[in-house]
Order: sequence, then C-alpha cells, then structure tokens
Amino acid sequence: MQILLTSPQFLLIVNRLAQQLIENDDNINDTVFIGLQPRGVYVSDKIIEQVKLLCPGKEIKYGLLDITFYRDDVRTEIHLSNKTEIPFSIDGKKVILIDDVLYTGRTIRAALDALQDFGRPKKVELCVLINRRFDRELPIQPDYCGKTIDGQFNEKVKVDKEKGEVVIY
Amino acid sequence: MQLSTKHLIGIKELYAEDITLILQTAIQFKEVLQRPVKKVPSLRDVTIVNLFYENSTRTRISFELAEKRLGADSINFSASASSVSKGETLLDTVNNILSMKVDMVVMRHQASGAAHFLAKHLPETAIVNAGDGTNEHPTQALLDAFSIQEKIGDLAGKKIVLVGDIMHSRVALSNIYLLKKMGAEIMVAGPPTLIPKYIKEALGVIVEYDIKKALQWCDVANILRIQLERQKKVLFSTLREYNLAYGVTKKLLDGLSKEIVIMHPGPINRGVEIDSDVADGSNSIILQQVENGVAVRMAVLYLLAERK
Repeated sequence: MQILLTSPQFLLIVNRLAQQLIENDDNINDTVFIGLQPRGVYVSDKIIEQVKLLCPGKEIKYGLLDITFYRDDVRTEIHLSNKTEIPFSIDGKKVILIDDVLYTGRTIRAALDALQDFGRPKKVELCVLINRRFDRELPIQPDYCGKTIDGQFNEKVKVDKEKGEVVIY
Repeated sequence: MQLSTKHLIGIKELYAEDITLILQTAIQFKEVLQRPVKKVPSLRDVTIVNLFYENSTRTRISFELAEKRLGADSINFSASASSVSKGETLLDTVNNILSMKVDMVVMRHQASGAAHFLAKHLPETAIVNAGDGTNEHPTQALLDAFSIQEKIGDLAGKKIVLVGDIMHSRVALSNIYLLKKMGAEIMVAGPPTLIPKYIKEALGVIVEYDIKKALQWCDVANILRIQLERQKKVLFSTLREYNLAYGVTKKLLDGLSKEIVIMHPGPINRGVEIDSDVADGSNSIILQQVENGVAVRMAVLYLLAERK
C-alpha cells in the first residue's frame, strides 16, 4: 500500500478546492453542492466545512446523491443503496458534484442522469479529489481536481477516513 | 449484498437478513417517490407480467406502479378476461407469456401453493407471490413491517396483535412468519371459530379471545378483513354480532390506558371488523400502508431482477 496523500496534504488540498469552488461565485445562494454517495461524502463533508468557514453567515446548500438506481450495471450486480437527501430545488442553480475519485466516469454519467430527476440546473460542474486521467471510459472531465495521477489498471485508490489520507493499493 | 432467493414465494423461505435488506432498500425507494420525477431507470430492460387470477385493487395497482417507477415494462392479465375460461392450464398460460420474452411474473392466485408450483416448474424466472389462497401474501407482510418500523421503530420486542379472521388470512400467516423472524411478539385475537386450533403450538403465537385484553396488550393492532368469500360454513351468526363482540371501536380504544397504532391491509368492511372513526382516526396508518406498498414492492422487484 502506497500513500498518495498524507493527512496534512489531504487537508491542504481540501482547503484549496473549497477556495476554488467559491472564487468564481458572485452569489453563493445560486450554488448547490452535492456529495456523491457513498465514498464521495467524506470528501464533500470536509470541503463543505471549509466552504462554510470561508462564507460566514451565508446559507450553504449541501445535499447527498445516491446513484445506485441509475448505474449502467445495475442488474449485473445488485448494490446496496444509500440515502439521497436533496432538500432544496436545483432548478436554475449551479450544481457542483463532489466525488473522491474520478475513474471510468460511469458514476458521474449516472449522477448526471439522476440529477435531471430533481430539476433543471443552470450548470453542472464536477469536483474530484483524485483524477485518474488515463482510465476514462466516457468523455467526462473534472472542473476542479485535487491531484491527477496516472494509475495502473489493477491499482485501486482509496480515501482512508480514519487516517484522513489517500492510499493506492 | 443480495437476496438468498431467486423468487419471493413466501416469508417462510426468507432469512431475517433478506427481510432487513428489502426494508432498507425500500427506504431509498420511498425517497425516490418524493422526488419531482418519481422514477428511476433501474429495470428499463425488464418486462414484468402481472397475473391476477383473483380480484385485487391495491396490490395490483401497487405492483403496476412499482414496475412503472422502476422503468420496467409491465403487462396485465386477469383470468376472467383470458383464455383461462377456455380451459388453459396455469403452466401453459405462463409458458406462453414467457415465450414472448417476459422476465418476471407477479401472480395472485386463489389456490394456496400456486406460486410455489410456478417456481418449481420455472426455476429461471423470478416469481413474485402477490397472494396465494389462504397461504401467504409476502409483500403485504413486508409493507406492514415497513410501516410499523416507520411509525414506532425497530420491530424487535414490539407487541403486535392480529385481529379477526386469522383462519382465512394469508396476510396473517405472512405477518406471523415475518414478525417472528424479526423478533417481535405476536398475538392473534378473534372468535375461536376463526382462529386455527393448533396455531399456538405450530407458530408460537399467543392466542386471546378477549378483544379488549388483546388491544390493551399490544403496541400495534393489525385488523384483518372478515373474508366471507372464503368461509364455506357459518363461523359466526351475523356481521352485526361480530361487530359487537370483536369489532374495533372508538369506545374500545378510549377504554385503553395507552394509544395503539391501528393497521388494516384493506379492503375495509367498515362497521364490521373496524369502525369508521377508528379507521380514519389519528392513530390509523392504513393509508400510509398503501403508500409504503409501492416502495416495498419496488425494493422486491429491484432485488430480484439481478441478471443471472
């Protein structure tokens, strides 16, 4: 197992992403943040913590989205679904999807599909902690990215919640 | 994570883990049903036939909605308007439908064991029992369990009484199997003529003939319909007398020292097993049961649709 990001590096990147997410925003009220279940939520929780510190007194709209029922392999292997919680309208808003690792792009494809069932956002952007740039199976790229790696096909990238670090194994 | 079974024939064949998996998945589908677009594309490549050899309002509409909201194609079949009246057998009927590339079968049948029979002859096709005679009605028990959990939390240790026509009720049998597996305490209450003789020994439930004592004991009362169409001999004198002795009335509930949750699987015979002011009262979750039915059936179909 190889450590890709140590815990301090992880926090630095989270801080940077939080700043990038709000720097283009004149009006944070028109932006909603959506963490992707299950593994993106740890990263999105951390980023939203920072965003809240950077925008004191502002209401930050933050939801969770589970894409299990929209997967393209839904019938090949049954996955246990997680909670979806989007207690606000996304109509006309800028939606920023947050996930831990961008790999094949299939999760994001499913997320874009799922998002449509909640309304018509003005714009959708993608923020990921780790971008595995040579492993894409669909034409999907991140707008905000913590670190780009050239992972091997047989490697897995995982965010270790307990230690707060990112490892390859 | 997957179910231990390919079919849903009865609660009897399920493990507690299967029940937990279905109920947990149903929570997510209930959320889907609150969205602006109440639909997911999970089963868009699946075709499901609803075979109803017996009449139904709730179950049939509920299954049909569940199928549509999972994106599946569904076709409906009712025995009265088909070649069954020309003498076609059940297996022939189903085989003919399956040859038109149908993937799953939801069936209600007046004969106990009909779903089991189909599953035995068609092991590769997912069969969902929507009620077979006086045997089981598994999705009803699952939605009852889901509704109880939603209202008062974890089933383990809860006291649930099934009131009325236990003898002819598939809902009762499925409920008993399920609640036992989930660790609840179960009582059956009603006139001796409507309670099977050895039910206490066979299924390990408490038997009570005094309706007031039964209601005082329980957290939840699931009141069952008097199934006149299945009663082949006289088991009580008149409906009015049944109502006086065993009907759940407002007066009866007011006499209890606590509030209890009121359930009924429908269709209701108002003024027979339950009075209108109880069925429509604040402790009744009868319409929530119906609402939850769609989410629970979505969970069942979703979990059984795994490609082999």
